[in-house]
Amino acid sequence: MFDELIILSSIVFLPALGALVLAFVPSTWTDAIRYITLAVTVAVLGLCVLAFMAPGAGLATTGEAAAYMQDVFNISWIPSFEIDYYMGVDGFSFPLVLLTAFISLLAMGASWSITKYIKAYCILFLLLETGMLGVFLSLDFFLFYVFWEVMLLPMYFLIGVWGGPRREYAAIKFFLYTLVGSVLMLVAILLLFFNSDVRSLAVISDLFPGKTATFIDGSQAMQLADRAPQTATPVVWKRLHLNERVEQRLGVTRGRGELAGLLFVRTGGDRLEQPLHLKLVTVGGEGQSSVTYDETKNTVSVVLGSDATASAVAAAVAAHPRAADMLAVLVESGTTADARIGGNQVLDLPAVNRSRGIHTFNLLALAATGQHATRIGTDGEAQFGDSLQWWAFILLFIGFAIKVPSVPVHTWLPDAHVEAPTPISMILAGVLLKMGGYGIVRICYPICPSGGYDLTWFVCGVGVVSMVYGAFAALAQTDFKRLVAYSSVSHMGYVVLGLGVWKAIEGNGFNTAYWNQGVQGAMFQMIAHGISSAGMFFMVGVIYDRVHHRNLNEFGGLFGRMPVYTALSIGIFFAGLGLPGLCGFIGEVFVVLSVWNYSVTLAVISAAVVVLTAAYILWTLQRVYLGPEYRGPHGEALTPSNLRENMIAGVLFVFAILFGIFPYRIPLLGPSILGYMDASVERQVNELGEWSWNNRMVKAPAANGDNAEVLAVQPAALPAVDNAAVTEPAAVAQRAASP
Amino acid sequence: VEFYEFINRLIVDTKGDPAGLRITADSSLFAFLPELTICGTILLMLTARLFQVGERLDRAMQRYLAGSLTFYIALVGSVLALAFAAPWRHLGVITDTVSADPASAVRMEIFTGMLVYDTFTVYMRSLLLLFVFLFLLFSRLTGLPDREDAADIYSLVLGATLGMCLMASSNHLLMVFLSVEMASVPSYALAGMLKGRRVSSEAALKYSVFGAGTAGVMLYGISLIAGITHTVHLPSVATELARMDIPQMIASGHGTGELMVLSVGGLMLAVGLAFKLSAVPFHFWCPDVFEGASAEVGAFLSVASKAAALALLIRVAVGLGTVPEDFQNPLRPGDRTANQQAGDSPETLALFNVADETRATLASPSDGEGSLALDRPIVMQRLAPVRDFAAKLIALLAVITCTFGNLAAYGQTNIKRLLAYSTIAHAGYMMMAVSPLIVAAQVAPETSKAAAAGLAIYLFVYLFMNLGAFAVVAFLRNAMRSEEIQDYAGLVRRHPVIVICFSLMLFSLVGMPPLAGFIGKFAIFASLADAYRLTHHDYLLLVLLVGAVNTFLSLFYYVKVVKCMTMDPEPDHRAPFTVPTMASAYIVLITVPTVILVVGWNGVWNTALAAARYLLG
Repeated sequence: MFDELIILSSIVFLPALGALVLAFVPSTWTDAIRYITLAVTVAVLGLCVLAFMAPGAGLATTGEAAAYMQDVFNISWIPSFEIDYYMGVDGFSFPLVLLTAFISLLAMGASWSITKYIKAYCILFLLLETGMLGVFLSLDFFLFYVFWEVMLLPMYFLIGVWGGPRREYAAIKFFLYTLVGSVLMLVAILLLFFNSDVRSLAVISDLFPGKTATFIDGSQAMQLADRAPQTATPVVWKRLHLNERVEQRLGVTRGRGELAGLLFVRTGGDRLEQPLHLKLVTVGGEGQSSVTYDETKNTVSVVLGSDATASAVAAAVAAHPRAADMLAVLVESGTTADARIGGNQVLDLPAVNRSRGIHTFNLLALAATGQHATRIGTDGEAQFGDSLQWWAFILLFIGFAIKVPSVPVHTWLPDAHVEAPTPISMILAGVLLKMGGYGIVRICYPICPSGGYDLTWFVCGVGVVSMVYGAFAALAQTDFKRLVAYSSVSHMGYVVLGLGVWKAIEGNGFNTAYWNQGVQGAMFQMIAHGISSAGMFFMVGVIYDRVHHRNLNEFGGLFGRMPVYTALSIGIFFAGLGLPGLCGFIGEVFVVLSVWNYSVTLAVISAAVVVLTAAYILWTLQRVYLGPEYRGPHGEALTPSNLRENMIAGVLFVFAILFGIFPYRIPLLGPSILGYMDASVERQVNELGEWSWNNRMVKAPAANGDNAEVLAVQPAALPAVDNAAVTEPAAVAQRAASP
Repeated sequence: VEFYEFINRLIVDTKGDPAGLRITADSSLFAFLPELTICGTILLMLTARLFQVGERLDRAMQRYLAGSLTFYIALVGSVLALAFAAPWRHLGVITDTVSADPASAVRMEIFTGMLVYDTFTVYMRSLLLLFVFLFLLFSRLTGLPDREDAADIYSLVLGATLGMCLMASSNHLLMVFLSVEMASVPSYALAGMLKGRRVSSEAALKYSVFGAGTAGVMLYGISLIAGITHTVHLPSVATELARMDIPQMIASGHGTGELMVLSVGGLMLAVGLAFKLSAVPFHFWCPDVFEGASAEVGAFLSVASKAAALALLIRVAVGLGTVPEDFQNPLRPGDRTANQQAGDSPETLALFNVADETRATLASPSDGEGSLALDRPIVMQRLAPVRDFAAKLIALLAVITCTFGNLAAYGQTNIKRLLAYSTIAHAGYMMMAVSPLIVAAQVAPETSKAAAAGLAIYLFVYLFMNLGAFAVVAFLRNAMRSEEIQDYAGLVRRHPVIVICFSLMLFSLVGMPPLAGFIGKFAIFASLADAYRLTHHDYLLLVLLVGAVNTFLSLFYYVKVVKCMTMDPEPDHRAPFTVPTMASAYIVLITVPTVILVVGWNGVWNTALAAARYLLG
């Protein structure tokens, strides 16, 4: 945990540290300030690559580990509110983290054109980067919210001070729209927090296999356990990565140091008000472990052979009836079950007043609560009922949709883009919009499946309307940058649509393959759009720096004046268009294909948008780059693009090609975007699909007599419609449960 | 009761021990030490002035010292009072493994029940004294108190603070009235302190007329309550109300007249409190006074006065709607000493472990009124309508105040008026915490205490951000002779440090994380959400939503100021000016807690929770 703490914290806070250093650099040293900032962004990207992509030591991309959170640490931050300093990476967040670091580097490279108040600019730029990285890495809802807001202030100033003529209007509009979203999010966060209860999760988790848990207050734990259907997948406790402190309050103590791998839960027994001592004593030589319980001292003593392992201790405790009654030795985490246990230690297993629920901001625990709400029950303290999930989903979705942005809350985006300086436009389009999509896929759906499932039509509708509206609006623009901004609205519509096409039940069959494809497409589209739109904005910026206008009707003939720039532009715009072989294609085609299964009408519309996209992009290329001669103002300034500009555009173009041709794996280099995402996406889609099977299938009224049959059939027993298309939730569950 | 015994009891009540000159550590006087210190400081300052000690020093030392003398007396007095309040001793964390310092405060009624001494008293008192300390430094730096009136200003400030400390510990409706007046009257004078300026005199007159009117209404309300319940001692009023059995009265329809009188009394009492809180519709004085008075006085009124008013609101609402756990037999001064083990040395202060049964035998027979054997749960049950009434009234006032304050701030061009409306809005936010506090008092005391702690922590962060904002206004006024927002245009080019600090404070007032303002807002919103979950009163959710929407509303006008300072072009004809280094340093000093508190607010939160520990008995 310590290594992860260091690595992730330095990735997130290195830019902030850089900002602090810059604060003490004299503001006249402009070049030094620029190079320091550039060096910090390079360092962050380097750290990300080294930490997560190094061969052997990076993130797992295959096997079970790839599907879950990796590199997790969880440290108590504000214990009174159960707020943790808690971060981790998985297939959803990692590509976005890398994208953030990458686009920040390129945007800093593009910032050489900024000449006003460079010191302040660089400080704000670095603070912005900290906020963005923090959003993608946080696993604590509160921490997520804090980073979400941290990013707002620098952005406001970056648009408002360094922007175009109407910058103040654009900046405040951006600020207000986002703040509306975030206060709604805050309300949802509080409602979810106070309705969560880790204790109920513990009861349905694999912490208590076949046992009933008795909490000190004798509360509902036992009844809850009775109610839990045995067939359902248990919540895998260690995957929630709960704070050690929370585990202690539950009576769960994880052995530290040499005891790594042992997890004790104090499940019952008398004398609960006193801490129970667990004494581990080593005796020399080989020998069986033995266990005794001393009632007067309230101590369980485990005598170990010198080479006893964690699993041996577990077996010994389990064999002693009295000790087993008071202690459940629960998890021997896979790699350390055979860890050698050092002796002569005393662990105190505290008995804490547990009369109040233990709320949590842990996103994974909240997701587990949301997905197992019916098993937890609706009475008592834990309530993640339908109405709460609906409201929370709506509040959160509005907050994220503003960020995406979706029609009708998109109006801040064209203004912000038009006024923002080029590098900030690159960040805005390349990274900030992705936070909305990331929020939907990381928070909305897993935590509020009930709201998400019932409102899929709404989400898909919002996505399709954004696509169509954005495309038509783009067609109507005469401002080059505004056009690119509207193309972002349209392209991000694909993301919302792809995330929303939740349809896991087909007749009697269980099939999440299409939704899986949709989510993969959406996630891929986020990265692809991050590259292509940042590139497009950069290209607009290059030309704007020279001629100081963006009127599409006054361009033309740039091909002759700036050949390299034009070639790169056309390549990047084609990537945005979704030309096969470039990165924009994969995401679009995945999404459109997945929608077909959800709704033919929507699929037809979204496929038609591809034509519209082609129309406005090709028309733009024609108006700007082709034609006989440039006749607009400042024609004399049209010099060929310089090395710095070519490098930034070239790098973006190379990645557009690489990801377009190798979406899964880049030969010789390693996994590509989908290679990292695949397992996580599939896991989440399957979990949610299973949720809809368990919760929505049962409710569906059957018109004919085979109702009972429908109810009895478990997904695993279903005939496979198509081997590739059908994934069995039970199989996933087994995979998840096995160590 | 015989006369002799009566006197004897009064002596015990005052100094804890009937014999000799000994004052025990759990006596009223001992608990009242910080206030006594303030009284002493005021007397010393006035005496020094009377005998012209400062002028003599001036002549003797050949230097100008007169103003400094009173300043140092006030400063030492406030530090000494803070030391006597000793928050570090009383506000420790109690967990399952760590028990309370045996010498720390528990709930104790002092001075025959006029005041209550508990951790909340300690917290509010410490907060006020900390504020006074920072305020003294601040006013010294701005140079508001000059040679002539330094003693006047400092004694008025300390006098008002004394009243505010009493407000925070009132346990008796008469004390409520007296302390409000005691805090208000010096404030009227402070508002008119800028002699010879018409706006200042107008502000003072408006303030005092308004104050006198509402005080009269409040006194009338108190008399109505006293008429029905035959007492004005708050726990006794609550007990009487419980004995009347209001739910039964409502159900049967008898005694509607009495209920009417009680409600009117309660509303009139609320008028007086609303004036102090500057709650809508009793807020009219606030913008005018803030505009007319100097920024320093504005800071004092917007932080200290507001903090005391909210503490008083909690005292009254909790006092009328709940009874303390030991209401039949409250802990009195001297009880703990009387229980002292024979072997303990009398000098030890840590002698306060009173077993319940011994306390019962000690209780004077007149307290018990044995015939009325009401359990606390029954009493609390019967007080439910009172709590409901108060909670809804406060929620309504809070929502209106908050929304109105934020909306009215839009059109302001004068920074002090803007901050006045911002103060009104913040009073609204803080009042939002009081509804869940009383509503959950019976079903979920923990939530209730968390709500009180939310208010307490809000006040703590509010102290820094608002004092800082007013300090910036005052320093800029000294430097550029203007308090108009438009004159701040482009200020960032001249004084980046001050502008950055001011922007941080304004964003903190919006409640943007990671700045400290968010901590308070989060705590209050959290208590609303929690209370809503536990009590299912829909209006709590509504209050929460209104609070959230208000956060967004408030952004406009705070950002307007920030925008003006950072983005607008600097006027061409601006005269050169400088802000003294000490002033900048002071502003940075005040800003630092606003920025770094988020890293470790757990400690502050625990202190706030400790403050709420004995609030419900």
